Amino acid sequence: MAPKLVVLWTDAVMWTLVAALLVYARIVWRNPNLRAHWGRVLRDAPAFASAIVLGACLLVTLLDSVHYRRALAPAAGAASPTVAYDTRTRSLLDELLSRQVDSREATYSRPLAYQSFTLESLSVEGEVRRLPPRLLHGGAHLKDPAKEWHADIVTRTLTGLLLGAAIAVLLVAAVLALMARSGGHTMREVATSAWRDQTDVRWRAALATLVALCLIAGPAWMLADGYHLLGTDRTGNDVFYQSLKSIRTAFVIGTLATLATLPFAVVLGLMAGWFKGWVDEVIQYVYTVLSSVPNVLLIAACVLMVQVYLDQNTDRFETGAERADLKLFLLCVILGVTGWAGLCRLLRAETLKLRELEYVQAATAFGVGPWRIMAQHLLPNVMHLVLITTVLDFSGLILYEAVLSYVGVGVDPSMNSFGGMINLARSEMSRDPLVWWSFAAAFGFMVTVVLAANFFADGVRDAFDPRARVFRARPAVRRPKATSTP
Amino acid sequence: MINVHDLQVTLDSDAGLVRAIDGLALCIERGETFALVGESGCGKSMTALALMRLLPENGRVAEGRIELDGTDMVSLPESAMRRLRGGRIGMIFQEPATSLNPVMRIGDQIVEAIETHTTLRGEAARAKAIEWLGRVGIPEPERRIDDYPFRMSGGQKQRVMIAIALAAEPAFLVADEPTTALDVAIQAQILELLKRLQKEQGMGMLLITHDLAVVSGMAQQVALMYAGQIVETASAAEFFSSPMHPYARLLLQSLPGTHKRGEVLASIAGTVPPLTQTFIGCRFEPRCDRAFDRCRAQAPQLEEPFDTTATPSKRAVRCWLHVADAAAHGAEGVRAVTVESEHIRQAAGTTQSTATNAGLPLLDVQQLTVRFPIRSGLLQRVRAYSTAVSDVSLQIRRGETLALVGESGCGKTTLGKAIVQLLRQQAVIDGRALLDGADLFSLQGAALLQARRSVQMIFQDPYASLNPRMRVAEVLDEGLATLRPELDADARRARIASMVDRVGLRQDALQRYPHEFSGGQRQRIAIARALAVEPRLIVCDEPTSALDVSVQAQILNLLRELQREMGLSYLFITHHLGVVEYIADRVAVMKSGRIVESGDAGPLLALPKDPYTRALLAAVPRLVVP
Repeated sequence: MAPKLVVLWTDAVMWTLVAALLVYARIVWRNPNLRAHWGRVLRDAPAFASAIVLGACLLVTLLDSVHYRRALAPAAGAASPTVAYDTRTRSLLDELLSRQVDSREATYSRPLAYQSFTLESLSVEGEVRRLPPRLLHGGAHLKDPAKEWHADIVTRTLTGLLLGAAIAVLLVAAVLALMARSGGHTMREVATSAWRDQTDVRWRAALATLVALCLIAGPAWMLADGYHLLGTDRTGNDVFYQSLKSIRTAFVIGTLATLATLPFAVVLGLMAGWFKGWVDEVIQYVYTVLSSVPNVLLIAACVLMVQVYLDQNTDRFETGAERADLKLFLLCVILGVTGWAGLCRLLRAETLKLRELEYVQAATAFGVGPWRIMAQHLLPNVMHLVLITTVLDFSGLILYEAVLSYVGVGVDPSMNSFGGMINLARSEMSRDPLVWWSFAAAFGFMVTVVLAANFFADGVRDAFDPRARVFRARPAVRRPKATSTP
Repeated sequence: MINVHDLQVTLDSDAGLVRAIDGLALCIERGETFALVGESGCGKSMTALALMRLLPENGRVAEGRIELDGTDMVSLPESAMRRLRGGRIGMIFQEPATSLNPVMRIGDQIVEAIETHTTLRGEAARAKAIEWLGRVGIPEPERRIDDYPFRMSGGQKQRVMIAIALAAEPAFLVADEPTTALDVAIQAQILELLKRLQKEQGMGMLLITHDLAVVSGMAQQVALMYAGQIVETASAAEFFSSPMHPYARLLLQSLPGTHKRGEVLASIAGTVPPLTQTFIGCRFEPRCDRAFDRCRAQAPQLEEPFDTTATPSKRAVRCWLHVADAAAHGAEGVRAVTVESEHIRQAAGTTQSTATNAGLPLLDVQQLTVRFPIRSGLLQRVRAYSTAVSDVSLQIRRGETLALVGESGCGKTTLGKAIVQLLRQQAVIDGRALLDGADLFSLQGAALLQARRSVQMIFQDPYASLNPRMRVAEVLDEGLATLRPELDADARRARIASMVDRVGLRQDALQRYPHEFSGGQRQRIAIARALAVEPRLIVCDEPTSALDVSVQAQILNLLRELQREMGLSYLFITHHLGVVEYIADRVAVMKSGRIVESGDAGPLLALPKDPYTRALLAAVPRLVVP
């Protein structure tokens, strides 16, 4: 029986965003000006490499954004025509990682372990001893773990590396073939110039990132099949699975909250700059007050109000996932509504500058109305600022989510998030022996995502900010010399 | 002396490798002023920066030597170069506002230069600084030495800059457009000062400028640059009396002035080529009116012309016309003059000076006063007013050009903007501006839109006056769509197409973005935009001041042609008196918001009555042939 598709709020927004991204990509492709700008992003090696890492994260996010509920087999004897559905909402990612979802242990276990982290009283040969019990799933396929474990790990890692390398070779070959076809060169020429880093677009960095990702993913996949790759948490859940699920939460917060700031920031910023006078006074007053209130306080107050609403209307949600998702969505909106002051201030200043420019004056001389001037002349000319700020804010908001969840006003506790993992790790870090893997996994994943986002944002800013370009001339040595000077 | 041999400077840019300077050679001796002239983008400033070893990060000297009294500066270590910079070679920059450190007293800035390069310290250095301030003409130097730069006017800042550059008594001075950012009156004073100091110190001076008139009064030796190369070098007298290179000749002919009134200016078609390309033939060939086959096939060298008259000549020309064996071929091979100059000759035959028809005035401005409110305090109440234009009356007749002349800050642009109704809600305006008997300032709604159709504006900076995110077709359509709502899309498109033809652009320009055009082409787009709504009066706010001389001539010709055909009236706002002499029927001279003198152009410019007008006219640098 067909499963029931569940469209969560954030799913809908994420897929709309992807559609918008595709439309924008099409616009960029057709507009030589924009194409040149984005081309410049790809000429920045760290930015291009980061774009690939972010792309991989986006893939995980999208896989995790198709939700459904499985249909349950009709209970024996029940003749009711209505189909009952599982109360658990699953996503495509869950389906891929179903082993990790289902292989729940009793409590903590170390990464790649076959024994539990905690000791239990077991009776061995009639005698009660404190021993770590075997895990239910991790390393369950081993008959004599003490002897086989080491060899099994090595075999799996090597197989994974080989598999990853094979996929990497295929991918690289495909990219090179496409490049060769579009440029009219042979594969060999393209490969040589990419290897020597002589291409305008920094393909070497990009391909190296791709290979590295494959080489990491291969062994990870192989190892995760038989073990808990990054261990399990207190309730025995797989930490690797939690980390992958947290990527979606981080992405949703990063994109949605930034987008939520845009309507306020753009409309109010342009209005303040264009109309000046009392309109400007009011808008300035509002954002000055807003940025004077401690942000965490404001957000905590809003989140608690939302919480009260959700608690009073539990019957409106079919599943817990829907409730948690709505809370996430509203958190993004709250972050947006409280966080538009910075961009608004920037846009107001830019508009004040632009409105004195002669093309705006020319439009005024034609009697063009204020709203049309704002839409036609001002908005397109501040879009680069909006873009740069959006990309820069993205990583900031991911970190902010961690802070809020740590304080306890972030996402729903049932939802995986880096902040939640770090919050739990607070007590784990004070244990002896130390439970470090949950914290380390959250830390590693989050730093990777945020670092990639920051590098990417840096590249975007350099490409779009006309002032930044003056200082970032490409060194003359990198360009292959067309004519050799004696 | 400074000796530059075969200098090549390259810049790495997004568009590719730019050969900013290609094989430049020059020689500056102490005691002489060497002028480097040329249009923007030809490599003048890059030469100065290469000389000081101050090239931008992406630029480098690819080849060549720069010798200062025999030592090669290109290979010197940076520490030795620091001693030379400021010590042996001083430099003055274009923009006095940004070349002084705003948080340092000017005295400290001069003392810094003195202590770095001379043995004077402490009080002695300060005394020297005071002496220099006096020498560059700052009144009360003992008191002013402790002032910050913001207390000084633009001219005074440039004087301080000169004092800093000269305080170490360098043997050579590089002056990169030293007066371009200054007003005419100040420009004359600064040039006079530079001339005097150069004589007193016996310095060699490299004067870099685009203004040929400035050169003619200052320099002994002139080198004309085009596309990264020197195309002609000669003594100033020879250069201005008998220019040899076609580019030099055309450039001198394209200068507007009284004697060219009623004629069409010679203009050079096209623009400077981008320096990323590789050249096969002569770089000027595509724009040259005397190019022949050889020019296309082979690049000429900078050589002493065979037909020179002066015997111990320092003259050299980069042109096949002046090479002995080629001249014979050249005479028969001269191709027909380029299309544009053909067009000019025909037009010149038929042009008469636009007769001022003594009909009713089109625009009658009566006692116009423009005041800007000064707000302060918590509630932004209006505390006072600053008056930009006070009690101005003027008339513009149909088909006439009224030139509004004055220094920067005298209120001429404000007056123009007020007439085009751009200052509504920003300024308090008293007085009336009658267009067909209706007061522009009291119109509202549909009547205002109707009036906007009649009065349009062309702006100074063609780079700022077109929205970079709109295609040319959208730029031109915008005015039509709002002011001519009765036209449907097809009618508008047809009109736009005809406008593009009219201003001399190709039809494929419509689908392109403004950044793809040169300054002159952009100004043509701006003119087309204003013309599309069929105005009767166009306020031209310094429409040529951001353009090169040859392009300025193209635009002035276009404006005159349009006036003749369509009976347009112009309010021509400018500080360039050559342009005024050339284009204006009547002139109004403005000073501090008031009109001090107005009248017909000929008599007013020949016999100015007001002392201010006299001073203004006297300060204008003239092209004098020494």
